[in-house]
Amino acid sequence: MSETAIQLESVRKDFGDFTALSEVSFEISDNEFFTLLGPSGCGKTTLLRLIAGFLNTTGGTIRLFGEEIEALPPNKRPINTVFQNYALFPHMTVRDNIGFGLSMLGWSRSDVATRVDEMVSMVKLDQFAERRPSQLSGGQQQRVALARAMAPKPKVLLLDEPLSALDLKLRQEMRLELKRLQNETGITFIFVTHDQEEALSMSDRIAVMSAGKVQQIGSAVDIYEFPENRFVAGFIGETNLIEAEVIDASADALTCQLVNGAVLTARSLHEITKGQKGWVSIRPERMTLSKTKPKGNSLSGTLTGATYLGTDNQYAVGLTDDLSLNVRHQNRTSVGAAMTTGEPVHISIADNAARFLVD
Amino acid sequence: MAANIGTGRAVSSTFAPLRIWLLLPGWLSIGFFLLIPVLLMLVYSFLTKEFRGGVIWEPTLAAYDQFFFDRGLFGDDPRRIEWKYISIFWRSIWQAGGATLLCLIIGFPTAFFIATRPDRTKVIWLLLVTVPYWVNLLIRTVSMKFLIRDNGPMNDFLQYIGLINEPLQLINTNIAVQIGLFYSYLPFMVLPIFAAVERYNFTLSEAASDLYADKWTILRRIVIPVVSPGIFAGCILVFVPSLGAFLAPDLLGGAKSFMIGSLIEEQFKGNIGNWPFGAASSMILLSLVLVALFFYARAQSQGERA
Repeated sequence: MSETAIQLESVRKDFGDFTALSEVSFEISDNEFFTLLGPSGCGKTTLLRLIAGFLNTTGGTIRLFGEEIEALPPNKRPINTVFQNYALFPHMTVRDNIGFGLSMLGWSRSDVATRVDEMVSMVKLDQFAERRPSQLSGGQQQRVALARAMAPKPKVLLLDEPLSALDLKLRQEMRLELKRLQNETGITFIFVTHDQEEALSMSDRIAVMSAGKVQQIGSAVDIYEFPENRFVAGFIGETNLIEAEVIDASADALTCQLVNGAVLTARSLHEITKGQKGWVSIRPERMTLSKTKPKGNSLSGTLTGATYLGTDNQYAVGLTDDLSLNVRHQNRTSVGAAMTTGEPVHISIADNAARFLVD
Repeated sequence: MAANIGTGRAVSSTFAPLRIWLLLPGWLSIGFFLLIPVLLMLVYSFLTKEFRGGVIWEPTLAAYDQFFFDRGLFGDDPRRIEWKYISIFWRSIWQAGGATLLCLIIGFPTAFFIATRPDRTKVIWLLLVTVPYWVNLLIRTVSMKFLIRDNGPMNDFLQYIGLINEPLQLINTNIAVQIGLFYSYLPFMVLPIFAAVERYNFTLSEAASDLYADKWTILRRIVIPVVSPGIFAGCILVFVPSLGAFLAPDLLGGAKSFMIGSLIEEQFKGNIGNWPFGAASSMILLSLVLVALFFYARAQSQGERA
């Protein structure tokens, strides 16, 4: 594995009585595209501002390539930020915006000019270099903000929800663009977002945050397929959560009794003992409906609703009066076509799809 | 300031037929109370003076001639440049400039301080800035005279804390006039700068700091340029009335600090005055102000276009 760019050690941040972050410890390696994902108020932006130096930690340590940076003000940290609303200097041209950091670092005028030219063409703004930010579109301003932050060749680039102000199509374009820029420059990116699609599509690794704590860190596949807890399972994609108790814990699978009495096998990331109470999480698209009872892991209930969504068909299956599961079929087979609401149905659960979660 | 003009466009389509009528009271009052008096003065400045005040309707350039040229006591000497009035103008510009600078030095940090308070306390600070203006200007200027006179409270205090041994002789000096003008017009500096700083997006300062700028560089390269329309507006709002002020120079400055305002005032007072000369002096003052405003407007529009 490559060098560690950022190392956080039990970082804590309090605002008065309110604890915004606690026990945040993880490492980000060099050249990584790392995402902090979470709902608003989860502390992800606070964490970013701590790394940038706009806030000071209440406790813990932040290291940049092994060096503690806590005592350094933002202008002494070789870290640059792309702000949510870009924060471009309105009285300067695109060129002057991009060159600002370089001249602050004491680069000579000609070196600044060369580097600015390079950045301007890297973000494809050649014809707009002499314009002011107010004369640019949102997407163009976004590119200027990126170029400005990347021009001084920072060791780490922080991006604070940089795509949230753009419209959907532009946002999708910029995702590819960001990924390309990160590959080309090899700079470590720390990307903050509340948009799971953004996180899943770009990141090497994702830290899912909630209530000031890191809930899980892993690749897109890890956090989607193997969620650590109910929050992660529910925040990333859709899931069905059913209360359950482990009645048998054998070598590689858990036998769980659901709240309605049904029994199925599930897996967990952790060592679980018999008698453990928790929840079983099953993704809607990992279940299939059938009229006959299938082999393996399955449940049965009554079809209570069917919704046509174009790409998908969505079904509601009632297990009991107050326990209903959400099942999705991709719209390419006629599996569910013949089913009518009110009929009894069986649900077949794909291998490994049922996850047992403790909390 | 200039950026605010034209914000009414969005609603204009709904109110388009109404707009002319809505503007009517404004146009009428400006026309009646501003344009007509100014035109009257313009006409008067080209008329002949009557000795007990007032004018004779006989066109002449005598008033302007008197302002710029000296033709001796009986008007038949060779023409020489008359420095008396030009130097009064020059001193006025100088005094008004000093007062403006003083207002800027004190007003900018004040405005910055107020603009960065929480919303709740902001209102209180703004109110405090305007409190002295609930008292008449004449009374305030007289109070200032008592405050800074040789044996006044300010000198007593400075001597008491040992900062000075002898009382400062402020009264009847140019500095007293500048202090008086500064005190008269400070809010006109504070309020526009406050409005500009309040609109200022402090993320810009963070961005500059992120890009390796230190505090002073941020102030110099980012904050001041971005709020400069407010600074310019404040400077003009202080400079222009200072130029024509007559209370502060009269009460605090004495004979040596005679300013345009006093000169003009004298021409219209009682029956010893010279109306056409007062009118001509006013017109010259007005032209100076217009030239200054023209350059200001041009600088502003270039700043926005470039």
